[in-house]
Amino acid sequence: MAMLEVKDLQVYYGMIQAIKGISFEVNQGEVIALIGANGAGKTTTLHTVTGLISPKSGQVLFEGKDITKTPAHKIVSMGMAHVPEGRRVFAELSVYENLRMGAYTRKDKAEIEETLKSVYKRFPRLQERKNQMAGTLSGGEQQMLAMGRALMSKPRIILMDEPSMGLSPIMVNEIFDIIRAVSESGTTVLLVEQNAKKALSIADRAYVLETGKIVLSGDAKELLEDDSIKKAYLGE
Amino acid sequence: MSFISYLINGISLGSVYAIIALGYTMVYGIAKMLNFAHGDVIMIGAYMALITMMKAGMSPILAIVAAVIVCTVLGILIERIAYKPLRNASSSLAVLITAIGVSYLLQNTALLVFGANAQTFPSVIKWKGLSLAGGKLNISGETIVTIAACVVIMIVLMLFVQKSKPGQAMRAVSEDKGAAQLMGINVNGTIALTFAIGSALAAVAGVLLCSAYPSLTPYTGAMPGIKAFVAAVFGGIGSIPGAFIGGILLGVIEIFGKAYISSQMADAIVFAVLIIVLLVKPTGLLGKKIQEKV
Repeated sequence: MAMLEVKDLQVYYGMIQAIKGISFEVNQGEVIALIGANGAGKTTTLHTVTGLISPKSGQVLFEGKDITKTPAHKIVSMGMAHVPEGRRVFAELSVYENLRMGAYTRKDKAEIEETLKSVYKRFPRLQERKNQMAGTLSGGEQQMLAMGRALMSKPRIILMDEPSMGLSPIMVNEIFDIIRAVSESGTTVLLVEQNAKKALSIADRAYVLETGKIVLSGDAKELLEDDSIKKAYLGE
Repeated sequence: MSFISYLINGISLGSVYAIIALGYTMVYGIAKMLNFAHGDVIMIGAYMALITMMKAGMSPILAIVAAVIVCTVLGILIERIAYKPLRNASSSLAVLITAIGVSYLLQNTALLVFGANAQTFPSVIKWKGLSLAGGKLNISGETIVTIAACVVIMIVLMLFVQKSKPGQAMRAVSEDKGAAQLMGINVNGTIALTFAIGSALAAVAGVLLCSAYPSLTPYTGAMPGIKAFVAAVFGGIGSIPGAFIGGILLGVIEIFGKAYISSQMADAIVFAVLIIVLLVKPTGLLGKKIQEKV
């Protein structure tokens, strides 16, 4: 059984259909990339999975449980964390307070401390700046904070929306190294990226979205070599 | 001596404005709406306290408790029935107009139930107050209790928002509702809690206001409500310390205006000061810088 299963999802914004019947699955331990151009429906798909948007039809199953109608605030405690597009850290809260927010639904204080330590270990820069307002961090640091905040919920699956957006090439590499490390530590990753090359380089499998539909899917390494992908998304 | 006496009275009146303004500012900060019915919740709170004391013959403490409970429930109901359905409305004007509608609804319901005649409100404070400087400076019990209540409320509220878990949730929701949901925060619950707190404070303000100015009519809440809104904007809407400072300053300006310039002009002076502050600092005294997104 797939860890996350999306079945024939249809999503509308008013009269406009943004998602036209998407189905995909994410297995335990995988890194799955959803790639595609701006406006293809990648973010909408993630928002629907975590309940920020409700679909017109279709199903989202997480660990066998139907979460299609589960409100967004109940998703995180089920073991699914979502790092939203544009990071969306709480700018007027400190780095530390942002991380605590990530553990909002958790009760055990000692365990939260443990997770906090592991997050600081993964992102030493966050520890250095723990008392700084999140709004004063650089883009890359904010991305780290958004990821650290998501990890604070101890998710079994983490959804990341455009983690490389607006970052310098060096920072992009750093962020992708972290994503790989997060995956290696046992967390399943569903990654949405416009930077197809980068995404495919760390993913196991990928789905290509075009105007609300999946047009291609398969092994990430094979997609990297696919001529149509090279032409459309890799600029080669 | 009269200067100090005016100053203290101004701070006391300003404390009432500050308590009301806290409700305005918290609701604005979290729900991003101006609850123009807030002032009328004050009036309902005062009537509740009056009924509890006069009709049921209960003690002033119980009267305040009753007023707080009724207003808390009322605040939650108003939010749930009138504002929540409009939360995702395309125009923020929809909820603003609804708030004005709720304000009239409360006033007219009170008119129907309690009548238009002014009722004399018995002070809930039995203490005579202080007589200083050989009797030259008298400070009433109401004045002292009002100022003390305001300071206590302000400190408790600051601690609540900074330290408690629901307070942290409020800060998160006020910044980004979507991201707050992703953290597992129930946004609807947090907004309801904000209305509950604001309305409970309105009840306290109503009792304090009517203890100092004992005439109660269905329109009693309207003007203090507007002035508290001014105070909230003055201090920087969305900011808790801003509401406190704005409220106190407004009360002092109003009393000084009445005492030294003209009692008819006092309200005009208050609003003129607001206009000047907003011209110089559009976000209010402690207002946050509005970040332009590029």
